[in-house]
Amino acid sequence: MSSVTTPVSTDGQPPKRKRAEIGVKTLRTDRYWVQPLVTFIALMLFVIYSTWRAFMNADYFYEPLISPFYSPCLSTACPPGSSFWTPLDLPVAFSPALLILIFPLGFRLTCYYYRKSYYRAFWQSPPACAVAEPHGKYTGETRFPLIFQNAHRYFFYAGLAFNALLTYDAIIAFRNHEGQWGHASVGTLVLILNAAFLWFYSLSCHSCRHAIGGRLKNFSKHPARYKMWTWVSKLNGNHMRYAWISMVFVAFTDFYVYLVASGKITNFYFF
Amino acid sequence: MTYTANFRVWRGIGGEGELQDYTVEVNEGEVVLDVIHRIQATQEPDLGVRWNCKAGKCGSCSAEINGKPRLMCMTRMNTFEEGAPVTVTPMRTFPVIRDLVTDVSFNYEKGRQVPAFSPPKDLKPGDFRMQQKDVERSQEFRKCIECFLCTNTCHAVRDHEENVKFFAGPRVLMRTAELDMHPLDTLDRRRMAQDELGLGYCNITKCCTEVCPEHIHITDNALIPLKERVADLKYDPLRWLGNKIRVRGKDD
Repeated sequence: MSSVTTPVSTDGQPPKRKRAEIGVKTLRTDRYWVQPLVTFIALMLFVIYSTWRAFMNADYFYEPLISPFYSPCLSTACPPGSSFWTPLDLPVAFSPALLILIFPLGFRLTCYYYRKSYYRAFWQSPPACAVAEPHGKYTGETRFPLIFQNAHRYFFYAGLAFNALLTYDAIIAFRNHEGQWGHASVGTLVLILNAAFLWFYSLSCHSCRHAIGGRLKNFSKHPARYKMWTWVSKLNGNHMRYAWISMVFVAFTDFYVYLVASGKITNFYFF
Repeated sequence: MTYTANFRVWRGIGGEGELQDYTVEVNEGEVVLDVIHRIQATQEPDLGVRWNCKAGKCGSCSAEINGKPRLMCMTRMNTFEEGAPVTVTPMRTFPVIRDLVTDVSFNYEKGRQVPAFSPPKDLKPGDFRMQQKDVERSQEFRKCIECFLCTNTCHAVRDHEENVKFFAGPRVLMRTAELDMHPLDTLDRRRMAQDELGLGYCNITKCCTEVCPEHIHITDNALIPLKERVADLKYDPLRWLGNKIRVRGKDD
């Protein structure tokens, strides 16, 4: 005996097929909300911390350590020894971090991994797979402003320049407070690790993978690029991991420099 | 070990229907499809379910089990607590024919929009020569069994039915990427991917990858590379300028 009857429309014809009527947004029984919640909290903590530090405009340099949030320090108000190249004549109250943070911030905002995480955690689009999103309309990345996500490669290029600068900062941290070479401290180690993690994050980027060789049709005609593409592809498989590690560590690096520069701890020298 | 499970199965025709409860025997080693077949054999002979290989290779038995898009034949019963209700519904994104059987023709209609593989005109089929490294990217996408769980899960159409006009879904876009990466395909498929198949609707939240029973890296290896190729064509002013003044070589 059938428990299903065929619905019939008023004109006697079978009605047009529709999606299944299931009244609830999701039938998932697992704790699908945990991951977006954790992502939301972690990203918010980073945003709050970095905003606080970017506007603090103090305690970001202690010879030879400079915070990654303030490097390159481009203002004439930067402490002696910290400014880079030709400083700009900016008001003392203007935090030099605000001049540069748009680039690493833009790199992460347009990053394919972070897009996934904040679309899910912040915009709930969707909160999790097979869980209905709350929005009535969806145009994805086809319109302003999200169409600018396609500029990710330019932020990637800018990110490479920042990585080079932060690597330079790590190298010049092999000096003591008086500027003599041949010394290394906990701060040196922190700056080196920070630069290394940022390189891993940048080189594992999807735009990097594309630029290195992904855009090619015939790998066999470009053996060197193919080889590099295979390396970058391996890194790319861990892009999410590098994104989190590098983000947490860049905040930690800044915090370490803050602690040293504000006199709360002493930068211990190994030699 | 045999036990009695509580199943809730969506039953209806053409979209109108409801969840119905069944208590049914489950034996050791069984999968959800086995239990659905037992309900069909012992309680509801007209229960509609599409299936074929029972080995996760035909892509027929796609459904949603406890809200997660899965193949019924690849979902083992021992992953559920004994006695806890197991809810089986049809894929939500596609119109229902009957019970767990959906009409997935949307995917084929969109698939027909993609021009077929187009080798050079002067190259005869027997003369195709390619190196393995040139085709291995595309070969990953050939593992697709067309279960359409990816398109079913993609919120761009799942939560916004109006977008079926503009967005072809991950499976068809992956096919486009496969052809665009093919060393002997002569067509430039990038503009079509963006303008006609709706690649821009993808916000790379990776649900297609999460539900793929073949574990194809749809987002990382197909959709994002395709987005980057489209960016080369449409959103990168430096590449546009380079191509205009011919300082750039062709990316072959």
